[in-house]
Amino acid sequence: MLEITLFYIAATVALVATILAMTRANAIHALIYLIVSLLAVAVIFYLIGAPFAAALEIVIYAGAIMVLFVFVIMMLNLGEKGDAREKQWLSPAVWAGPALLAVVLFAELLYVISSANGPVSTGVVSAKQVGLSLFGPYVLAVEIASMLLLAGLVGSFHLGRRYLDRNTPEEEKSQRGAE
Amino acid sequence: MEGLNIPLNHILLVSSLLFAIGLLGLMIRRNIIFILMSLEVMLNSAALAFVAAGAHWGQPDGQIVFMFILSVAAAEVAVGLGLVLQVQRRFKSLDMDNADRMRG
Repeated sequence: MLEITLFYIAATVALVATILAMTRANAIHALIYLIVSLLAVAVIFYLIGAPFAAALEIVIYAGAIMVLFVFVIMMLNLGEKGDAREKQWLSPAVWAGPALLAVVLFAELLYVISSANGPVSTGVVSAKQVGLSLFGPYVLAVEIASMLLLAGLVGSFHLGRRYLDRNTPEEEKSQRGAE
Repeated sequence: MEGLNIPLNHILLVSSLLFAIGLLGLMIRRNIIFILMSLEVMLNSAALAFVAAGAHWGQPDGQIVFMFILSVAAAEVAVGLGLVLQVQRRFKSLDMDNADRMRG
């Protein structure tokens, strides 16, 4: 009974925090709400018997990935002007149509999942089981994931390398025109 | 701490609600940072559905797919935030409507 109460509290927190994150004008505020939502999802993972997934959710999602967002927002230095512009973009005329489409999609998902029933877990799936399976039948997928991360590393290095010191093509063109 | 009594239905309901909210955020925002955050929400909701299904059958496969989703999300965010910096530098704005041509 306690688990089920905790689950509904965590689910409510996750949904409310996500809605607030999607509607904030200030990027840092939205990011904090998103972290709260990720922590609530980590609680749900723990409750359904996946403690290893809960730990990874906190360490990697709420820790590493969100810190990346914080660094980039700090580098961009948006300020109050950006907030006012965001508020202006978030008028009902903008979100009414997309909201209708999202509700239709949600209704379809609801219809699909209505056939699933039964309790969610009969026990804890431990980190040991996950590790044995990960480096047993799934070892090729682990290698592919490592190549994906390498590609992400090289790609982000290439994109962010000369963030400060190189001119854009337009600037180079205007400089050549000036000469 | 075993979730013996939580119905699978309700977790999938939470997961689809999160997905719908993420999709809504993806469509209504024009700021590229919020677009990336909405993508994170959608990936996270898919991960929640996978872990719930894995827990339902008592198998570790759900958590393994969760880890792959995590690595995809990390790679996507790294490249995406590099693109954010470039967009901000070229257009002096984060509005994605500025970047609607293939050639800058």
